[in-house]
This record gives sequence, structure tokens and C-alpha cells, in this order.
Amino acid sequence: MSDISEESVRHLAGLARIALTDAEVTALTAELSQIVDVVAQVTSAVDADTPATSHPIPLSNVYREDVVTDDVLTPEQALASAPEHDGSRFKVSAILGEEQ
Amino acid sequence: MSKAKLMDYDKALELFEPVLGFEVHVELSTETKMFSSAPNNFGAEPNTNVTPVCLGLPGSLPVVNEQAVRYSISLGLALDCDIAPSSSFARKNYFYPDLAKNYQISQFDEPIAINGNVEVELPNGRIFQIDIERAHMEEDAGKLTHVGGSTGRIQGAEYSLVDYNRAGVPLVEIVTRMIEGAEHDAPELAKAYVATIRDIVLALGISDAKMERGNLRCDANVSLRPRGSDKLGTRTETKNVNSLRSVERAVRYEIQRQAQILADGGTIIQETRHWHEDTGATSAGRPKSDADDYRYFPEPDLLPVVPSSELIAELKAALPEKPVERRRRLKAEWGFTDLEFQDIDNSGLLTEVAATVAAGASPQAARKWWTGEVARLANAADVDANTLVTPEQVAELAVLIEEGILTDRLARQVLESVIAGEGSPREVVEKQGLAVVSDDGALIEAIDKALSAQPDVLEKIREGKVQAAGAVIGAVMQGMQGKADAARVRELILERATAQ
Repeated sequence: MSDISEESVRHLAGLARIALTDAEVTALTAELSQIVDVVAQVTSAVDADTPATSHPIPLSNVYREDVVTDDVLTPEQALASAPEHDGSRFKVSAILGEEQ
Repeated sequence: MSKAKLMDYDKALELFEPVLGFEVHVELSTETKMFSSAPNNFGAEPNTNVTPVCLGLPGSLPVVNEQAVRYSISLGLALDCDIAPSSSFARKNYFYPDLAKNYQISQFDEPIAINGNVEVELPNGRIFQIDIERAHMEEDAGKLTHVGGSTGRIQGAEYSLVDYNRAGVPLVEIVTRMIEGAEHDAPELAKAYVATIRDIVLALGISDAKMERGNLRCDANVSLRPRGSDKLGTRTETKNVNSLRSVERAVRYEIQRQAQILADGGTIIQETRHWHEDTGATSAGRPKSDADDYRYFPEPDLLPVVPSSELIAELKAALPEKPVERRRRLKAEWGFTDLEFQDIDNSGLLTEVAATVAAGASPQAARKWWTGEVARLANAADVDANTLVTPEQVAELAVLIEEGILTDRLARQVLESVIAGEGSPREVVEKQGLAVVSDDGALIEAIDKALSAQPDVLEKIREGKVQAAGAVIGAVMQGMQGKADAARVRELILERATAQ
């Protein structure tokens, strides 16, 4: 069994800025535990000699040349799907807490 | 914000040993961003340097900029780091609109460079080894402008405006190990360390390294250990330190502030603090707590970076000389005394002076202008000297003096106009008609006019009272608004006296 507790679900919800009811916390605790248990099965297929990997495809050094391409958007395009903007910048509601 | 009580610096050092640590962010001067082909340039109109990747639009995928990887490896090598045979990117998750994706692509457990060290020489000649824990690649965040509220800062803002031009600009973050033993020199060491990193990235040609533009940013960790104790104190992390002057001042301030709190029986809170250039103080920011739970995980959209040994050898072979070696070489080449060189060191302007010499000024002139008039003006404006003028401009000024086109006094006037943005020194000289009058005819005319007002001067000179010429020289200089070469005027007056 995984160690997903109600407390860790509440903590994650806080980090993800999601408001949860007590019922949702209970339900999600059970669901997340199951998911983690399923994923954890992978560890049983791995022995100590298996190197850690961050990607399923054995490729590396996939690079782009350092040149500007025509993907660059105009400000109008960039702002097209913004809920709010001032004509050149995205407008977001006041942010509580400190800068990162 | 109430002003914190500060302990006298010497007293603080008697009671406590300062322990330091630095995180320096270097923006790389690539043509494009770290993971997208958007232009990487400063000062563009808002949201004109963005692609779908910079905005985290659905379906967009990051691709690594090869040049940024080469620059990062070069920097790692210059810091004497081991380059990781394989390094990978990770997502650092946080909710803040300076990045549109809700995560920053960074490196976590597999940084590109680890275990380095850098030699830093203090103005007093002390050489200090600073161990580098790691240098990793990541992307910069966008710029927020807080609107409403009284201070323009975040508290009390009604809304914020976001410009994503800077989002995705390649960064290398250099993290030191804990630095002990700096003792009294801790503030100077902080400044010298950041200046050394700046010199390294400028010599490598991988960053514009302009602190006032945020190309180079320093977070300074400071804690105090009571004398006789081996227990580390709680540290604070001061952010927003955007000039070499501020790095030194912020570290000194934190030492004095923390010492006072501890001496009063208080405790230091582990938190980020913000440096305020205007008040010369730090204020409390966000406490280190849940907000640091970034839930890093490997970036699934990017593949590992596995630099070949050939690439590493190639970049290693191209490394510039180390800062400490460079300083010794320049000091010898320029023939400076310890005192003269210290002058430059204290100002943190070695790179500027070297660039000024390379642009055609004599070493003495380059030193004199940077540590003299430019530094004075910078001090008065409370900015770093290198934000006011470029080495090329200072060199041009020095050459104009050498050519006899400007006197020192006129040059100072030209310098102020250059700083005010009126053009290059030559342009200013032309526009304002400031060049020294070297036409003897015009000088003689002015001398005659001055002599007619003081007819007894020539007689006095002939009687051997050469200093009497001073009054005429003064009158000529005044008549020509200082645009005469005083030495030449003196010669002409003496010629006149002996000719008659």
C-alpha cells in the first residue's frame, strides 16, 4: 500500500490551488493510493543493475540551431486567447504572496 | 516597514562568524531562447519575442538550443567543474504567472556541471577559494508589472501585467557550497565573487552580464555562527541584488541585522529577503516553507544532454585565462603599482579598464577616468559605473585628450554630455563646439586682447616674474570658455615677452 494520506492530498491540493471538499479528499486519497500502487509495480521489474532513466526512448542530444524562425508571434496573436490584456501585456488578477 | 536595528559591524564580527553562500543566475547571450526559436534580446516591445512554446500553448514542444548547451559547458569548465556525462532537465512546478506553463524547465538531480571551484582575489590581495556545488541550465521567467496599490510592489496590487519576452531566456544558475572563513572580508568577498563570475562570463563571451538589466543576478545567503560554537545559524536569502555595490552592502547589512537580533536573544527566521537599493536595507519576503515544494520530476518533453568528450575537449581548449591569472598579467602589462591596481579592484571595473585599454586608451588614462570622474558620477547617481558609459566611449575621450583636442576640464564636460545620451565623445565635441582651439592665430588674438587690459604683465615677465603670466592665461581661458590649451597659451605669452 502506498503512503498517500488525507493530509498529503490536502497538501497537494493546496499546492495546485484546488479547493476540495472533505468527501473529495477521502475519495481522492483512495484513488491516488491505487494509482501509486499500480505505478509502483514497475519497481518489481527493476533490479539493482538497471540504470535510472528519465525517458522511455533511448535518444539524447536532440538540439535546435540557435536561429530565430518564423514561429514568432505578433503581440495580437500572442494575446488572442488571453482572457484579459491591456493591448500588449497579459492581465492577471492581483497575486497574493511573494514573487518566486 | 520599520527600520531594523543594526549592530556595529566590528562588534558583530567579534561575536559571530559570517557564513555565506551564493546563487548567481547568468542570462546567456544566445540569439534565441533556451527551448524555443524566439529572439533573446533585451528591450523589445512587450510580448514580441514569444512563440507558442514561450506561452505554453497546447501542442507546443520545447527543443534545446545547442548554443546554450555549449555556453553552459564552457561556463562549467571555466568554473573547474566536472561536466556530467549525462544530464537531464526537470520540471519545477509552481503557480505564478511569470511562466505560462505553471512550471519552469530546470535541472534537478542531473545538472550539467558539478564540483567546481573559483579563485577570487580580494582588493587586499587575499586569495579565496570558493567551491562550486553545481551549475545548471534553466529558463528565465517573464516580467510582471504590478498595477494599483501604493508602491508598485506586489502587496496591494490590483492586477498585474505580464510580458513573456524574458520567459524562456537561457540561464545558468551557479550555486556555491557554504563559504566559511571570510570573516571581516565577507562583504568584500561577496562583491569580488560576483565580479569574478562577471569577468568569467564576459571573457567567455556568453553573457552581456549587465546587472542593471538582470543579465547577472545574485541571491546572497548569510548566516551567523556564534564564536566558539560549531552549530550553524539560520540563514536568510537576500534577493533582488542588482549591482556589485549592492551585493557588498546587502551582505554587510544582513550580518549587522542578524547579529543585533541574536544579541537581543531573538531568532533568525529562515526566509527570503528583498534588498532595497534606495534605503540600503532588506525586508522580509516569503518564508521558506510549503512554497518550496516544487515537486520536481523529469521533463518528459526533453531528452538527456550527453556531451561528447570531443566537444568538452574543444570547449576546454578555447577557455580564456583564469581571472586571477588575468589580473596578474594585466597588472604587469600596465606597469601599475599595487596601489594603482587596488584602485581598480575596489571599483570592480577591471574588465571595463581592460576593454578601454583595448579600445586605444593608455592604461593610466583608462584607470584615471574609470576610478575618477566616472566613479564619482556613478556614486552620485547611486549606480554602477559601467552603466553610465562604455569602455569605447571612455577610450575615445582619452584619445581626444591625447590628441590635444580636449583638456581635462573640457573632457569632464564632454563626459557628462555622453552620459546624458548626447552621443559619442567626438559627436559631443562637434555638436557643442568644444574642441580646444589649437589655432595659434586665434590664441594670439585672445592673448593680445588680455594683454591690452593688463599692459604691465609683459614687463613683469621680462623682469623675471614669470608667474605674472598666470593672470593673462586665466583671462584667455575665460575669454575662450576654457577651450584653450593652457600650456600652449603660456608658451605664446612667454614668446611674446621675449620677442619684444
